[in-house]
Amino acid sequence: MTAAAIASRQRTLDSVVATARRNTWTIGLLGFLALLLAFTKLIQPSYGVAAVQGLGIGVLPLAFAAVAQGVAVIGGGIDLSIGSMMALTSVVTATAMQGQGEEFGVAVVVAVLLLGLALGAVNGALIVITRVPDIVVTLAMSFVWAGVALLVRAAPGGGASHWLMGLATGSFANEWVPKAAVVLVVTVAIIWIPIRGSRLGLSIYAIGSNRPAAFRSGVAVGRTRFLAYALTGLFAAFAGLSLTASTGIGTPVPGPYTLESVAAVVLGGVSLAGGRGGVFGPIVAVVVLQLIATDMTFLNMDSNLALVAQGVILIGVVMFGSLIQLRRARA
Amino acid sequence: MSATPPANRWLRVDAWRGLLRDRPIIPLVGLLVLLVVVIELADPGIVNPEWASVILRASVPLAILAGCQTLTMLTGGIDLSVAAVASMAGFVTATLVNSPGGVIEGIAVALVAAALAGLLNGIGVGVFRVHPLIMTLGMSFVVLGLANVWQLQMVQTGAGVPSSLRTLGTGTFLDVLPYSLVVFVPLMLLILLGLRRTGFGRLLYAIGDNPVAARLSGARAWQVLIALYVISALMAAIAGLLITGLTNTASVSLVDTSLLPAVAAAVIGGTSILGGRGGFGGTIVGALILTVLTALLTVLGLPEPTRQVLFGAIIVVVAAAYTRVTAES
Amino acid sequence: MTITATDLMLEATGVSKTYGAVVALRSASLAVRPGEVHALMGANGAGKSTLVKILTGAVRPDGGRIAVRGRERTVHSPAEARRGGLVSVYQEPSIIPDLDIRANLRLTDTPLEPFRHWLAELGLGDLDLSSMARRLPLASLRIIDLARALAIEPDVLMLDEMTAALPANLTERVLEVVGSRRGGERSVVFISHRLSEIASVCDRATVLREGETVGVVDVTAGSDERIVELMLGQIIHEMPAVAEATAGHRGTGATPRLAVRGISSGTKLRDVSFDLYPGEVLGVVALEGQGQDELFDILAGSERPGSGELLVDGSAASFRHPADAIRAGLVYVAADRAEALLMQRSVRENIALPFTARIGRWGLIDLGAERQKVDQAVTKLQIDARAGSEVRRLSGGNQQKVTIARWVAGGVRTMLCFDPTRGIDIRTKQQIYLLLRDLAEAGAAVLLYTSELKEVQLVCDRAIVIFGGRVVAEVGAVDADEATLLRAAYHLRSDAPMPEQVAAAVVDAASVDRPPSEVAGGPEARG
Repeated sequence: MTAAAIASRQRTLDSVVATARRNTWTIGLLGFLALLLAFTKLIQPSYGVAAVQGLGIGVLPLAFAAVAQGVAVIGGGIDLSIGSMMALTSVVTATAMQGQGEEFGVAVVVAVLLLGLALGAVNGALIVITRVPDIVVTLAMSFVWAGVALLVRAAPGGGASHWLMGLATGSFANEWVPKAAVVLVVTVAIIWIPIRGSRLGLSIYAIGSNRPAAFRSGVAVGRTRFLAYALTGLFAAFAGLSLTASTGIGTPVPGPYTLESVAAVVLGGVSLAGGRGGVFGPIVAVVVLQLIATDMTFLNMDSNLALVAQGVILIGVVMFGSLIQLRRARA
Repeated sequence: MSATPPANRWLRVDAWRGLLRDRPIIPLVGLLVLLVVVIELADPGIVNPEWASVILRASVPLAILAGCQTLTMLTGGIDLSVAAVASMAGFVTATLVNSPGGVIEGIAVALVAAALAGLLNGIGVGVFRVHPLIMTLGMSFVVLGLANVWQLQMVQTGAGVPSSLRTLGTGTFLDVLPYSLVVFVPLMLLILLGLRRTGFGRLLYAIGDNPVAARLSGARAWQVLIALYVISALMAAIAGLLITGLTNTASVSLVDTSLLPAVAAAVIGGTSILGGRGGFGGTIVGALILTVLTALLTVLGLPEPTRQVLFGAIIVVVAAAYTRVTAES
Repeated sequence: MTITATDLMLEATGVSKTYGAVVALRSASLAVRPGEVHALMGANGAGKSTLVKILTGAVRPDGGRIAVRGRERTVHSPAEARRGGLVSVYQEPSIIPDLDIRANLRLTDTPLEPFRHWLAELGLGDLDLSSMARRLPLASLRIIDLARALAIEPDVLMLDEMTAALPANLTERVLEVVGSRRGGERSVVFISHRLSEIASVCDRATVLREGETVGVVDVTAGSDERIVELMLGQIIHEMPAVAEATAGHRGTGATPRLAVRGISSGTKLRDVSFDLYPGEVLGVVALEGQGQDELFDILAGSERPGSGELLVDGSAASFRHPADAIRAGLVYVAADRAEALLMQRSVRENIALPFTARIGRWGLIDLGAERQKVDQAVTKLQIDARAGSEVRRLSGGNQQKVTIARWVAGGVRTMLCFDPTRGIDIRTKQQIYLLLRDLAEAGAAVLLYTSELKEVQLVCDRAIVIFGGRVVAEVGAVDADEATLLRAAYHLRSDAPMPEQVAAAVVDAASVDRPPSEVAGGPEARG
């Protein structure tokens, strides 16, 4: 083998190692998920295809919500209106699709995604223009979007195109691969991965990581924040669509998704200070949390303890992280 | 008007800016009065002592919960566990109504449990430097989960809202004065005095304004934060008891819908979520404004959704106004 | 020979900027010719960094004119300045910590090959571009920042304290690269505190003082004196000498208020020992980054020493928190007012802050007593508290006085002042000098680090000089003239010739006629 070839192999290896090191947390989470699945199979031998598919459908809305929150938090912000945007996009979908043809449903999906983008853009514009802290603006907008959702539809109801519901249920290629998981991964891969590699994506990481340095590096901070929130809105719309897809109706009252999405991004390795982490970590975190809850019922434990466990894990992980930082600062 | 020289006009704008910056409570009270006038115009005769009594009864628990947010926001934090703690307190008291110790035992257990949750919050935020948002969010999951477990344990003993709590929540004395004021007024005076006239209050502002300066002046933030989150949890528990009495229901998710309005009331009252600026006086007026606004929209026949939209819009507008006047020129 | 405006690469005139009540720039001007390396000099707080930030669009000026190649410009953002050919390497690196180097380059549209070229020139050729910026040392980040700026071939490259955080070998490389820009098409604005560096690479120097341009000097042998004179201005001549030889006050038998014994901290501070007696002002003199920051952090209780011992009034003390130091009577006045003040709170709350810091004092405040103490301190320091409802609305000088008043109000025993007069006006400076003397006369011990060497003779009874983390000299007030202190600060023997020669040595090292390989393989490569 020539020296050049060895060098190039070394370089490939280096970059693989670098990528792995950068994603230690996500890889660790995936390992934990595998262990958890094995453990689940052990304590509940009947855990099989149906359960895995159920898991896929069950986590889809929260997983999209976590991706949405992930984008906002990576950009150094936070979005407390995700649950409300989900409710709004979900009722709009269910209302528009009710009694309509399958083709019309496609148009509805496109329109709802644009709606999500617009909702997020309004959040972002208000944050940039008013200079009010992100958390206050999105808190206020959570009232607004929830109110609008109730205006669209006062009570749960509506319908969903069959193809949309079909997207979330069943399996793909292999019966062990839930279609919901494929939809999730493909959507995120198509939208987020190209953006992450682009100047916009780099800018989002940059404003989250160190805003003054980003500004001095020539990043248009205001525009980037605006676009980050628009993206958050887009993913919140995906989350709203998957709510409708999994239930077949639209519910105007926001679920617990906002705060749970914050928990998921933190567990998924995204730093609340911004700039660090990715969107796949939060997705894995959502699945892990769901599976822990499932296991606790298998173990005949009170299902409510799952909620306790979620809180304890959330606090524990963050505490562990800040302990490490404190020790490093002292060293 | 058009004849007014521009310089003069600017002076007046400046005066308004100064007023909103230094004494935000004055324009806030003005807004409150305006809302009351509008509601009277919309439904002549509605504003009377009984109406005021109803408004007060609804505002008191909200003001207390908003007080939790005010105190924690002054240090640059937030307490998202207040809803879970408040619900838990009301629920626990209700389940223990038939216990040997009766209501007193129930309230004592509830307060101890709340203080414990607050203590853990304080340790997490103060000692381990966990972001308050995360710490209190995690704590709310823990408290809610444990309250659910408690619910399953206690379902046999039967839960009922003790009549004393109902009286406290809904009863009045001297015809129109709600009993909840008996709890609220001393608490309010304690907080107002505490923030202005005690070393502890000063330190809350100091830590929120500049933690480094507070540290260099010899303040140990962890002590302050632990005390703060215990106080916040206890206040939440008191609010929970009042709400339980007011609504005559005991449920582990009773107060959830008041969490975000509580933050909103503090923000409208002029407390900065970034810390170091604000007070409880503004928060009380903020809570009253939100309650009166709700009543007004009901009178106007505007449905709940519109109310929410307006809520959100008002928060954004008020917060933007504060940001403008307090920004360094 | 006259140079018309259109011959200038960059011309700024009458640039001003105020932050609230703090004047950062009063009227600064700067004219840079093509192909020159132009030094921007000034004491700390003179406004150099602000001027650079304005020129590159990071900060908006309140007034003034900026012209590039004779055409007037308003620069709204760093991105716009970049496109216009103005690029700066700031003191804080503009590298995003959570992106790898390659992503940082893409973020700024920096071409890779020129970047690699400059990186190699600057001695970091073997850097792995996929490393996360967060994991790289500050020195590397600054070099990367510089290479990135060079890679886009800016018309005017501005280097703000580029060499401050660099080890000697990298400093040499940077000077070499900067020096090689002379006589070309493009210009460099070079900010440095080190006169030797200015002498070795710069053609001319613009001197700022108190936010104003006070002179432009051709850099030649012997121009250092002129630059230093301009930087320091007339303060000394206007000031009455407040220091008297009080060194005699302390009897040989007196217990030192603070005895520092063999304090070390990592590589920053090595075996530092000195005594601070009641009734004296002890000066600390050091160039930037010689360990004085660490020393003061340790004495103020913000950090713990790696080894060594502190004795307060003769008994051993160890501080785990500033509160411990305060209880031992050691109070700290920071140079950075943003670090010390509650900007949104009132003068009164700021001054009273230490009173309530202890847990035993959390209860009701005796407002009358508090007001009395605060008012006394306000009067004593002559604080103009008219805008006192928010400290951020005060002027810089008044703000600094508030940070001192905080300790004066409680009664001072030992005051640790870290460059307390940085960036404030002359009148306030004088007041602070007098106050420090008063405190000492009243029996307090004062430790004063100052970046303005003239202050030593004005205020101190004696001074210690720190270089490379060690105390290298102790000078009595009488002998503490600027030249002596500067020599000591550069760790030169008192009979050794001063910076010109140091500079000459650097020039030698950087001279272009030597083959680059030999320069690259410096002493450390051979050793």
